[in-house]
Amino acid sequence: MKPKFPILKNFKIFGIISILLCATGLVALIALPFGQNFFNLSIDFAGGTEMEFNLHKTVDQTVQTEVRELFQEVTGVDPSSVTSSGDSNENVLIRSTSIDSEKRAAVIDKMVETYSLDKDGKDLYNNNDVSPSVGSDLQRAAFLCAVVAIVLMLIYITIRFELTSGLAAVTCLIHDLLIMLSVYVWFQIPLDTGFIAAALTILGYSINASIIVFDRIRENLRVARKEPFEEVAERSVWQTMGRTINTTLTTLFTVGMIFVLGVPSLKQFTLPLIVGIVAGAWSSIMLSASFWSFYRKHFRKKRI
Amino acid sequence: MKKSVISFIAVMLVIVLLGLCAVMGFTVAGRTIIPAVNDTEHGIRLGLDLVGGSRIVYEAELPEGYDTGNLSSDMETAQSMIRQRLTNKGFTEATVALSGDNRISVEIPQITNPEEAVQTLGSTAQLVFMDADGKEWLTGTDIKRATAMYGQPTGAELTDEHYVQIEFTDEGTQKFSEATASIAARKNTDGMNFLAIVMDDQAISTPMVENQLTQSTCVISGGNFTAESAKELADLINVGQMPFSLKQVELRSVGPQLGANALQTSLLAGAIGIVLVCLFMLIVYRIPGLVACLALGFYIVIEAVVFGLIRVNLSLPGIAGIILSIGMAVDANVIIFERIKEELRAGKTVKSAIDSGFKRAFTAILDSNITTLIAAAVLFWMGTGTIVGFATTLGLGVIISMFTALTVTHFLLNRMVDFHVRSPKAYGV
Repeated sequence: MKPKFPILKNFKIFGIISILLCATGLVALIALPFGQNFFNLSIDFAGGTEMEFNLHKTVDQTVQTEVRELFQEVTGVDPSSVTSSGDSNENVLIRSTSIDSEKRAAVIDKMVETYSLDKDGKDLYNNNDVSPSVGSDLQRAAFLCAVVAIVLMLIYITIRFELTSGLAAVTCLIHDLLIMLSVYVWFQIPLDTGFIAAALTILGYSINASIIVFDRIRENLRVARKEPFEEVAERSVWQTMGRTINTTLTTLFTVGMIFVLGVPSLKQFTLPLIVGIVAGAWSSIMLSASFWSFYRKHFRKKRI
Repeated sequence: MKKSVISFIAVMLVIVLLGLCAVMGFTVAGRTIIPAVNDTEHGIRLGLDLVGGSRIVYEAELPEGYDTGNLSSDMETAQSMIRQRLTNKGFTEATVALSGDNRISVEIPQITNPEEAVQTLGSTAQLVFMDADGKEWLTGTDIKRATAMYGQPTGAELTDEHYVQIEFTDEGTQKFSEATASIAARKNTDGMNFLAIVMDDQAISTPMVENQLTQSTCVISGGNFTAESAKELADLINVGQMPFSLKQVELRSVGPQLGANALQTSLLAGAIGIVLVCLFMLIVYRIPGLVACLALGFYIVIEAVVFGLIRVNLSLPGIAGIILSIGMAVDANVIIFERIKEELRAGKTVKSAIDSGFKRAFTAILDSNITTLIAAAVLFWMGTGTIVGFATTLGLGVIISMFTALTVTHFLLNRMVDFHVRSPKAYGV
């Protein structure tokens, strides 16, 4: 593609836009260990019980209150939320702190009796319970996964390219993940195991895009001995622009279809994916080359 | 030219034949060589979130002063106990696996209300030794340990065999001596001289008793044991003194209706997504776009066959992984075609543009795919549950897509040149 505007010269503008987008996610992430939770942590992370019944009738405010009272009466626990769900709002979703199997069985029996549901339990759409210890194990495992993956990628890129490329790619990657986190905070999407899968996909996918740019820089540097490396970087970004945009579009076609047609649990999973894919395209086009030349200027005294 | 036509047709035939195999399955003399996509018995398995069912995770609540050196063997005992109970209840499709050091995960497909299972599977087992009249002679606490052994149980056998050795406590030795005296005596009266080892009211073994046994150990042999069945029985006898109780720490239950809907809509979304991708490629890249569509078809066919052969456990995130990898599979093609376009603009002929386009795109494709593979591998080794399924589909998808781009796309593009499609316009310039 022909250059349409300077990218490296406008690093500040693009950088500020990115910082604004990342800020929410970063703040929320830092606040988490200090007991401040801005996320909508699902029971996967926080622990708790979650039940979803199909009542075969519209679940309005009255029904929700009814279900809340029923749950409290049977278990002695006040549910943290009772909401309607499903395509036509005929499902009721109850969330509470983790309760034991006997109490859950009692709730199911009572629900079946009160709303004359299927005796074999076919109207119980979801019945999940996660103890807090499992939730915190998952948090630790997810964090560890991300760190190990990033370190391994950094090593690989350093071997195949150079350390500055690796650092720039990882910076872009962290940028993409932070934007995903921001989206989770803004839209209060439940943070669950799906998020880990989505985040790790973006980990692999978005670094792809940066690699394509660095591959071109690597190739161009071999023949352009006299050209300043900023110009080589700028040229490389524009040369790979067509690929970045087209691949982003094809990926968005398939993932977008799941978002449009999929069941609610898949929607929750694909929205952050879509955000991550777009953020990945943005960072590899607007930021990756700039980061690369920034690191190169500061870490490498000699120019090749 | 003639050669090109023949090889082109041959490749097309391979794609179509493989595609037919993937859809209908390929069976030789009753043995499934390539399972059909929808053959859940031999091929791709559907996860609990697609067929409905429950996943229950139990954690051992270790008492204070517990010797953690025994943990792994005690966990195996607990695993055998749960497996036995699942069999008793008729859940033949259920699986039991150890996860981590002190957790056991149980997956039961198609169970609609799992609470009863949660309670009974994890409860403390009652182990008793009875005679034919149901008189209880010993309980689980009278046993020190049961071990699976291999050798000659009494020393009088001609060959080595698998057997189970039970070691009693002092009190147990005494009780066992009385029990065997009483039971052995029935040999000549009613012939019911067996000892029933009963767990949760179900007999797990009924060895015959010939004589009174006064030693502190006894063996159960001659049951045509294999290494596995001997270990299974030893583990079950050990439930009597399992030093910890099991607590349910996680339960995931999905109704069958929800699962069926999820599968259907994902397949529809995938199909529409593929059509969109193909249209896009045709419009943007024309002839190479057509080649990319054929390569994509080949990719989907190979993926279906491979997933069937390795019996991937497909879950919702796994499907998302596949659909995402289809979008990404076109990536390698896009990289190559963009490169070819550049070479064409630089004034090269179509043939040399294709050659150098491939050569130059190779490092970009390799490096970018390997980084994705690193992420998938980390997820595969360190992840749990559905994440592993997701990592499998994503990782295999990346490998297969790289393979099809570098072989099929390359081959087909060269054939296009042979077929005299040599105007740069046809290549999207």
